[in-house]
Amino acid sequence: MSKTKNMLLKNGRIIDPVNGLDEQADLLLVDGIIKEVITAGRNASPAGVETIDVSGKWVVPGLIDMHVHLREPGEEYKETVSSGTRAAAAGGFTAVACMPNTIPVNDCQAVTCLILDKARKGFARVYPVGAISKNSRGTQLAEYDELKRAGVVALSDDGMPVADSQLLRRALEYSANNDLLLISHSEELSLSKNGAMNESALSTRLGLRGIPHVAEEVMIYRDIALAHYTGRPIHIAHISTRESVSLIRRAKEKGWPVSAETTPHYFSLTEEAVGQYDTMAKMNPPLRSPDDVRAIKDGLQDGTIDAIVTDHAPHSSLEKDVEFDQAANGITGLETSLSLTLALVRDGVLTPGKMIELMSVNPARILGVTGGSLTPGNPADVTVIDPDMEFVYRREDIVSKSANSPFIDWKMQGRAVMTIVGGRIMFAR
Amino acid sequence: MDKKYRFSHKHILGLEDLSSADIDFILNTADSFKEISSRPIKKVPTLRGKTVIHLFFEPSTRTRLSFEIAAKRMSADTFNIAASTSSAQKGETLVDTARNLTAMNPDIIVIRHSSSGSPRLLANHIKASVINAGDGAHEHPSQGLLDLMTVKEQKGRISGLKIAIIGDIAHSRVAHSDIIGFSKMGAEVRVSGPATMLPPGIDKLGARVCRTREEAVEDADVVMALRIQKERQTDPLFPTLREYAACFGISKKVLKSAGPDAMVMHPGPINRGVEMDPDVADGRRSVILEQVTNGVAIRMALLYLIMGQDGNE
Repeated sequence: MSKTKNMLLKNGRIIDPVNGLDEQADLLLVDGIIKEVITAGRNASPAGVETIDVSGKWVVPGLIDMHVHLREPGEEYKETVSSGTRAAAAGGFTAVACMPNTIPVNDCQAVTCLILDKARKGFARVYPVGAISKNSRGTQLAEYDELKRAGVVALSDDGMPVADSQLLRRALEYSANNDLLLISHSEELSLSKNGAMNESALSTRLGLRGIPHVAEEVMIYRDIALAHYTGRPIHIAHISTRESVSLIRRAKEKGWPVSAETTPHYFSLTEEAVGQYDTMAKMNPPLRSPDDVRAIKDGLQDGTIDAIVTDHAPHSSLEKDVEFDQAANGITGLETSLSLTLALVRDGVLTPGKMIELMSVNPARILGVTGGSLTPGNPADVTVIDPDMEFVYRREDIVSKSANSPFIDWKMQGRAVMTIVGGRIMFAR
Repeated sequence: MDKKYRFSHKHILGLEDLSSADIDFILNTADSFKEISSRPIKKVPTLRGKTVIHLFFEPSTRTRLSFEIAAKRMSADTFNIAASTSSAQKGETLVDTARNLTAMNPDIIVIRHSSSGSPRLLANHIKASVINAGDGAHEHPSQGLLDLMTVKEQKGRISGLKIAIIGDIAHSRVAHSDIIGFSKMGAEVRVSGPATMLPPGIDKLGARVCRTREEAVEDADVVMALRIQKERQTDPLFPTLREYAACFGISKKVLKSAGPDAMVMHPGPINRGVEMDPDVADGRRSVILEQVTNGVAIRMALLYLIMGQDGNE
């Protein structure tokens, strides 16, 4: 692993929405800290600083993925903190927030500390998310004070959504003492039970049990209504439907304390990707209709959706090379997220600045963690992006331990070429 | 038959993959094989030396027996594997099973499985031909074909007929194959049942949705009732079998509005008094047993055709 370097990223396009910057300039990183943005004309090359030419590249605050699964402890054959953060760095992410559905569940300091201990030798910052309920069983609150002191930044029972509304209400209230954000995977399980894909004409044709979009929407309404009632913020994970976007939009108009995220697969793919039972297109929530994809893009564009996350969910062939209805949900995403989002920039859905808000500024703000800007004095977490680099995402190039991606062999344009965490180059290509 | 036509399918995974020419060809082939089953010596050497494995992950009596009789009458060597559905329980994945079977060089695998799409997964990992004997709620192509054969035999045609299918359309692979097959062959397919059992987009498979049983049955040439699977009662699809029978059961009274020569079908096994009254099942309009007879002929035709018609006869 590289050491902290003093460096001058020269001649890049600095995109830093928080400071209102989008211009050609140099960025000086000293002692792991952002020292200065040196605008054109001023020719500063301080002594003892390595100059790196980044002409034609974008220099942005380090990308933050606030929803990943690192699988450690418990399922190290799929991913580890080390391999997952290496994949994150390769995808341009300087930080990730990892969900608590490990084995055992991250519902106590022992697990949180183990993850953070492993993260010290990782390739990106790791922000553990603790469980809302003990063992994510939905019956008893986890110990939030202990979790907070151990280092969790938020709480979620991701993948095991809280069915009991009273428990969620109490979690919202009790988490106030430790100022911890709740992240909700909103799914009404009685409607989605045994479902394998979006409920539609296609699920009928394939004979697969459907997950209706309303299973997501009724639970989002419950979750945001409870957030409003308790006056406590809630962040809605991976929204995938038109009505979900609409619910979040209306809640924000009313001033309810809600935020929301989506993933690149919900704006890059439709349910048609299931094709002939392709388990690489199986995830929860499922891929939806073209109309839902349009609504997700609108929600990103108008600010209804605050963040783009990957829901990076590594699985091995043991879980994926099986009958469709028995296959595990989830796909990897850390190494494709930026490229897929850059496609939205090329299509005019997002400006480069808006993209950085969705992938860095807002995740940092929502989680209350460092990063999200190039303000001098901040840790030197920086991503350098080549927006034009064309490549094919090939299986043999995958950095993650798992290769369960529907984007393998896709032609892409734009990717991270350097990922700097605390002044250390964690990845460069 | 068009001289240029050639049956070119290696697998039979669903009627969705077959053209109307393919279906016509299969029905004609089955017709010519049907006579074998009425001979005193019911055996031809067509598939001598071929190995057919019946891989059944779901219990089945009649379909498995029908396939086995078909294969034996064609002189193939047949083997039955009854496996547990859950790969976890069985300790071996379907893909591993496929690889192991391939190592023994079978010619045809007939598979039944509770997971939709599993025959395709098997086909992707095996050298042998695969016949789908029913996968989840997806398709049951040989049943669809035997239904087409039975109707064509009775009516002389399929095109232009009105076919009413009543019952659990959502969970029935038979209904799916029938809807695809009959509409592909030019029939008008109507479906009816509790609204909880009419899945979204069923019209896109070619069916017209009718609110009532009566609307579906009116002037119909064929009335087919589907089996109500009592084990589905955990999902509240309808209140009681009593109410189901009252609203969607096929009785003599219901059939009065059907066409004068309407025939009655059922894929079996029948819940008598639920989806069909006994006097209808056993009545003059019923062709339920012809369906069973034709099942053997259809399966003989499928085995023959996917072997590339190059049996050593």
